[in-house]
Amino acid sequence: MNAVGERPSQNYEILPKPSETGEPLGELLEVSMGPQHPSTHGVFRMDVVLDGEKVMKLKPVFGYLHRNHEKIAENISYLGSMPYTDRLDYFCSMTNNWAYALSVEKLAGLAVPERAEYIRVIMAELTRLQNHTCLVGFFAQDMGALGTPLMYAFREREKILDLFESVSGARMMCNYLRFGGVRCDVTPEWLAQAGQLVDGYGRFLDEFETLLSENEILLARSQGVGVLPRELAVNASITGPMLRAAGVNYDVRKVDRYGIYSRFDFKVPLGEHGDVYDRYMIRVLEMRESVKILKQALRDIPSGPVMDPKAKLRGFRPKSGEAYGRIEAPKGELGFYLISDGTANPYRYRVRPPSFINLTILEDMCLGHRIADTVVILGSVDIVLGEVDR
Amino acid sequence: MENPEQIKSRLEAAVPGAKIEILPNDCPAGERPLRVDTAHILAVAKFLRDDPQLRLDFCSNVTGVDWPETELTEKIKVKRVVDGVEKEIEEVKKTVRPGFLEVVYHLYSMELKHGPVVLRQRTANRDAETPAVSLTPVWRGCEFQEREVFDLFGIRLEGHPDLRRILMWDGFKGFPMRKDYVAPDDFEYEPTPHDEVLEQAKKHYPPEVTA
Repeated sequence: MNAVGERPSQNYEILPKPSETGEPLGELLEVSMGPQHPSTHGVFRMDVVLDGEKVMKLKPVFGYLHRNHEKIAENISYLGSMPYTDRLDYFCSMTNNWAYALSVEKLAGLAVPERAEYIRVIMAELTRLQNHTCLVGFFAQDMGALGTPLMYAFREREKILDLFESVSGARMMCNYLRFGGVRCDVTPEWLAQAGQLVDGYGRFLDEFETLLSENEILLARSQGVGVLPRELAVNASITGPMLRAAGVNYDVRKVDRYGIYSRFDFKVPLGEHGDVYDRYMIRVLEMRESVKILKQALRDIPSGPVMDPKAKLRGFRPKSGEAYGRIEAPKGELGFYLISDGTANPYRYRVRPPSFINLTILEDMCLGHRIADTVVILGSVDIVLGEVDR
Repeated sequence: MENPEQIKSRLEAAVPGAKIEILPNDCPAGERPLRVDTAHILAVAKFLRDDPQLRLDFCSNVTGVDWPETELTEKIKVKRVVDGVEKEIEEVKKTVRPGFLEVVYHLYSMELKHGPVVLRQRTANRDAETPAVSLTPVWRGCEFQEREVFDLFGIRLEGHPDLRRILMWDGFKGFPMRKDYVAPDDFEYEPTPHDEVLEQAKKHYPPEVTA
C-alpha cells in the first residue's frame, strides 16, 4: 500500500481533488487488489484508490496470462487452432469451438449436417448450464457463503463434465467440433444419460434458488449495487447476461439465428434495474430456458451423418477473403474474425473476447461503492482470465 | 439493411469530402468493408451511430491488420517488335505496394438488430506508433480494444482517453502482432537439442577454449 503521489508512473497519477463543499477529503489510499487475490477469479489486478472504504478510482490491470493466442494461430493451420480455442474460456470449450467453427464455415462456405447441428446445440446449452451454475456458486462464495453453494454447483457441473468426457475424451478441453460438423457421433445411451440430467436439472435449480434467491444477505449485498445504465451498456459494447440484465433485448441466438436456433421455443429473460441482483437472476432464468432448449433438442434429434463430406481436415485452404462469425457464448458475444490469403494458415485471426470487453465499465460500476462491493460486482461480470488475456 | 453502395452514397452526402472506398471480399458470405480516410472517420462514425435508418449503436469488434510492403506481380500483354515482326508478348510487371496498417471495426445495431457494417481505416505507413483516429469518443466499447491495437500493432489512436499498453507490460518494446516481429531469443538449456533448437543453442554455447 502506498500513499497517493509516491508512485512516479504517469499512468497511475492520481491527485486528490477537493470536495465540493471545500472540506478536505482526507488522505486517499491506493490499494493494489491482486494479482493473487481469492476474489479476482485468476491473475487479475485492480488498482483501487480509496477514500476510507469508498472507491474513488479503479483501473483493471491484466495480461498476466497473455500468450498471444492470435499470433500463434496465424502461424499454424486452421484446424491447429481448434484445441487452442479450448483454452480461451476454459469453462466453455464447446462454445469456443463452435464460434471458431462457425467463422471458418462462413469463410469456406461449408454446410453442417442436421444431426451435427443438434449435437452442437445440445453441447452449447449444456455448457451454458454448467457455466452459469458455477458462476452463481462463485458469486455466492465471493459474498462470503464459503463452500456450500459452490460445492452444490460443482456437483452438478461434474455431471455435465462427465457427459463431455464420455463424448470427447476430455472434461474441459473438449476439442470436439470440426469445420463442417463434429468429431464423432454421440450414442443413444449418451443421449439417454443427457436426457436424465436435463430432467433433473429443474429440481436442482429449484433447490439452489430456495437457498439463494431470497436470502437476506444476498439481497442486501446485491440489490442496487453496481448499477449499469442501459445506454452505457449498449455504448460500451457489453454483451451477454450483463447486457440483458440492463434491459436490452439482444441475444445473438435470436438476432442471428445461427445454427438451428430458430427452431426452438425459448424466451430471452430481461432485467429491469441492471444491478448485481438482476445479473444473478438473469443467469438463473437463462438456465431454465436452456433446459427448455435441451429438452426440445434431445426430443427432435434426427439420425444421419455428423460431418459434411466436402469438408477436408487435411490440406484445408479456404479461398482468400474475410469473415466475422459470432455466437452467444455463456459470457457474451464471442466472435472470430478471419482473413484468409488462400494459404493453409489464416492471415489474420482475431478473437472477440466477451469478458475482456465487459470489463470496460468495471470502473463505472464500482465508483462510489465500498471496496467490499467491488468483489461482488466483479463476480457478477463473470470473467475468465484465459479469455481476457489470451 | 442497406448495402454498402447505398451506405456509401448517403455517407458522401452527409460527410462532405470523405473518401470512401468499398473493398472487395472474395468470401461469398462475408461483408464488403468500407474504407474511410482517417481525416473523416470520426464524422462518418458519428453519422453511422446516429442515423435513424442505420443506428449502428454497437461496435462489436475492433482489431488491427498488418500489411507489410509487398511486391505485386501483374502479367500484361505488350506489343513489341521482335526480329522485324510485331508480336504480342506477355510481360511481368512488378510494382511495390508500400506497407501500411489497418484498423477494422465491426458495427451492429442493437436497436434495429441488423449488421454488420465493416469499417476500416488505413495508416500512412508502418512506422512505430504511426497515427490513426480513435473511435472511443463515439463507442465506449472501443476503449480496451483500441488499447490492445495500440499495444500489439503499434498504431497510435489519436483522441483515445487512456492510450497505454494493456496486455503487455509498460516498458515493453516492440509490437508483437506485426508480421515482422521477431520474438526475443529466450533460450533455455536443453540436454539434447536438435534442428532449429540446436541452431539457437549453438549461439549460447561458451566459446571453445584452445590450449
